[in-house]
Amino acid sequence: MVFAELYDKIYLSLIYADRWKQLFQGLGVTAEITLGALCVGIVLGVLICLMKISGNKPLQWIADIYLTVIRGTPMVVQLLIMWYFVLVAMDNKVLAAIIAFGINSGAYVAEIIRGGILAVDYGQTEAGRSLGLNYVQNMRYIVLPQAFKNALPPLGNELITLFKETAIVGYIALKDLTRAADTIRSATYSPVALFTAALLYLLVVLILTRLLAIFERRLRASDKR
Amino acid sequence: MISVENLCKTFGKLQVLNGVTEHIEKGEQVVIIGPSGSGKSTFLRCLNLLEIPTSGKIFIEGEEITDPHHDINRLRQKMGMVFQQFNLFPHYSVLGNITLAPMKLKKMKAKDAEDLAMSLLSKVGLTAKANVYPAQLSGGQKQRVAIARALAMGPDIMLFDEPTSALDPEMVGEVLKVMADLARDGMTMVLVTHEMAFAKEVAQRVFFMDGGKILEQGTPEELFNHPQEQRTKDFLERVRDCK
Repeated sequence: MVFAELYDKIYLSLIYADRWKQLFQGLGVTAEITLGALCVGIVLGVLICLMKISGNKPLQWIADIYLTVIRGTPMVVQLLIMWYFVLVAMDNKVLAAIIAFGINSGAYVAEIIRGGILAVDYGQTEAGRSLGLNYVQNMRYIVLPQAFKNALPPLGNELITLFKETAIVGYIALKDLTRAADTIRSATYSPVALFTAALLYLLVVLILTRLLAIFERRLRASDKR
Repeated sequence: MISVENLCKTFGKLQVLNGVTEHIEKGEQVVIIGPSGSGKSTFLRCLNLLEIPTSGKIFIEGEEITDPHHDINRLRQKMGMVFQQFNLFPHYSVLGNITLAPMKLKKMKAKDAEDLAMSLLSKVGLTAKANVYPAQLSGGQKQRVAIARALAMGPDIMLFDEPTSALDPEMVGEVLKVMADLARDGMTMVLVTHEMAFAKEVAQRVFFMDGGKILEQGTPEELFNHPQEQRTKDFLERVRDCK
């Protein structure tokens, strides 16, 4: 009796009218935004971080303002401002979300990378510079590769946070995994779609955690004795 | 080859170098000794501007490197430096450590750079370790790779900042041997060390630094056997006592 009822609910939420496809399409949008924002965030983060450690006052000042504003305001508000005012001429919502999340993530990545750079022994820079490498070459070949290795665990966390945080893109009417599940919820009055969405998020997070662990281990290969 | 005029360096209120004036000839091997805090490492690090002097002038091969318009990166390619803590790049193999600078700075082809690296590794007796990472080497091996790395740019001058101070005693010899070979080949060397026996054997001149100045200098024979200054005598006495 109970099982029949449960089956009905699952049928209605996931199978009827191919509703599961909406969830997977939503997951696709979520993934697209996450990956796009990750790329934007890393490029922006490295740039901001280099500005902050450059020793150039105006550049540091710009970086500080950016970090303060982005980390001091809610992501949802940033997203809404971005879509309704800053990118008002843009009609691609996914791209707008990528930009908004990328700019947000960049602030956190900048601080993560800065921590990674500070953790690289200053002797590395002295050795690099004493060979004749200039500041940029030394950063590129000596310091940043090691800084990334140091920063990988917190960067992995940032990726996972970013992935989950994209669930708010429904605010600009983007049909991501969360919004797709909620649409089904309102059509069926059943929580099944939302639970399924939660399960999918969890599954992806588990896979990401696993991949990051493997990646980290491979990067650490040179540390082995 | 190296001329220093009235070199001063202060860290905050601490005066570390207090007017050093000195000249080092091409092909000379100079050893700097002195108590800790006497400014010997700072003096050495000023020579390739790892420390920026507060005042004074440094000329390398006739060029004033303390001139703000001077391109220090080009000069550093001609001055190798070896550090107490080795500072090998942990994310590159031994070969990668040595070939990096010639490939990036001299645009040397990978094959040529590797040939060069292998010949330098054979000079320091480590060809078997070409493809391992620094973490897999002993301290003495690391320092020999660091010397090979510094030599890869074909420097005219080699600076050594206490290269054996972080080594286990049984590994000091292998590093000193490489340095003695270099000296025999006529490399211009400036070496800060506590290895008095090595200084006696290899150096043409020994500087005794104290209080940010070169207090006394001379041949190893003069300085070690007939020191003039009381502080030099005290220092040598103390060093002998611990041996």
